[in-house]
Amino acid sequence: MNPQALAHLAAGLGAGLGVIGAGLGIGKLAASALEAEGRQPEAASQIQTTMIIAAALIEGIALFAEVICFLLQTK
Amino acid sequence: MIFIEQNLSVGQQDTLAGTVAQPIAAEHKGDVFSEMIKELHNGQEWTFGPFGSLHLPYIFYDADGFHYYANTEVLEQSHEYVLKEEKPVHASDGLPPKLDLSISRNVAILWLVGAVLLVMFTLTAKKYRSSLIPKGFTNLLETLVVFVRDEIVVPTSGEVGRMLMPFFLTLFFFILLSNLLGLIPFGHTVTGDVSVTAGLALIAFILIQIIHIRKNGVGGYLNHLTGGVHWLMWPIMIPVEILGLFTKPFALCIRLFANMTAGHVVILSLIGLIFFFKSIFVAPLSIGFALFIDVLELLVAFIQAYIFTMLTSLFIGMGLPHEHAHASH
Repeated sequence: MNPQALAHLAAGLGAGLGVIGAGLGIGKLAASALEAEGRQPEAASQIQTTMIIAAALIEGIALFAEVICFLLQTK
Repeated sequence: MIFIEQNLSVGQQDTLAGTVAQPIAAEHKGDVFSEMIKELHNGQEWTFGPFGSLHLPYIFYDADGFHYYANTEVLEQSHEYVLKEEKPVHASDGLPPKLDLSISRNVAILWLVGAVLLVMFTLTAKKYRSSLIPKGFTNLLETLVVFVRDEIVVPTSGEVGRMLMPFFLTLFFFILLSNLLGLIPFGHTVTGDVSVTAGLALIAFILIQIIHIRKNGVGGYLNHLTGGVHWLMWPIMIPVEILGLFTKPFALCIRLFANMTAGHVVILSLIGLIFFFKSIFVAPLSIGFALFIDVLELLVAFIQAYIFTMLTSLFIGMGLPHEHAHASH
């Protein structure tokens, strides 16, 4: 197979798999954040802040995969 | 997103008008995406769409002194340097110049961001001479500054953070302004360039080490590297901790860069779908999605500035001496 085609295929697969991980992680995070907010509505703003921070960190890891895929598809 | 290899020659226009007009005549399908993503790359011109472009000078420092070329045409005519794959190299041996100090587009926008920040804050600070009650834009800036101090810096790094407030404020507002500048027409996100975010992360890294060494002493700083385990575990612990020293700012750099660039790539790809399908009926859907992603980009701009500042403050605070005893980090 054309190595260029392989590189593009790998880039696409890698990006997709990375996003699956991020989606699962952030979904779980949102679920527990909502549950905690339901249990104790007074702590809502604290929970919201922590949720945003954790979401950004998890997204950071997913974007590692994205960056590598960007590098791959230029090959 | 389908990126098919393209055979564009160097002499093709890279204005936005050219980008729009190009795919109508393109033979290869999928050219439009690569062409649009090229708009995100750093170059020597700041293009204002169909209204023209600002040509920025090349400045090299070579073995025989400084060279200055006003724009690309002058560079080509000088016969000393040629452009190989958009990068200037010597005409004689194909090597790049020793020091490339050219004012590229991102450098010009960096300077613009710095100038805007300087003007904005010095003018705002002057307002406080007449009265301590802020009005209008001063009020907005004061809200943001107090937010940075009370929600980001002081909870994570305490009094040391309070001392470092100018740095955190500069960091926060620089990243925020750069991110927002990318969302207005003809603006580009400098934080979407990995060099800029790497520079920010480098500054954060150096500052973290300096503050830790100052507050803990060199002995205490090295002690933190062992992590408080038994000395037999040190050969395992110390490399891991040293690696951890470097991965944290590296993650800061990549997180900011990838978040900014990914958002722009998604918006450009969605718009490019209209040209890819060469049909007007894709437009409402495409523009709708692109608008949604654009608003999300606005949120991400704020969040990324917040996260970068907060994580830097957190890393500084994590290595400071605590009042209570702790077993290990």
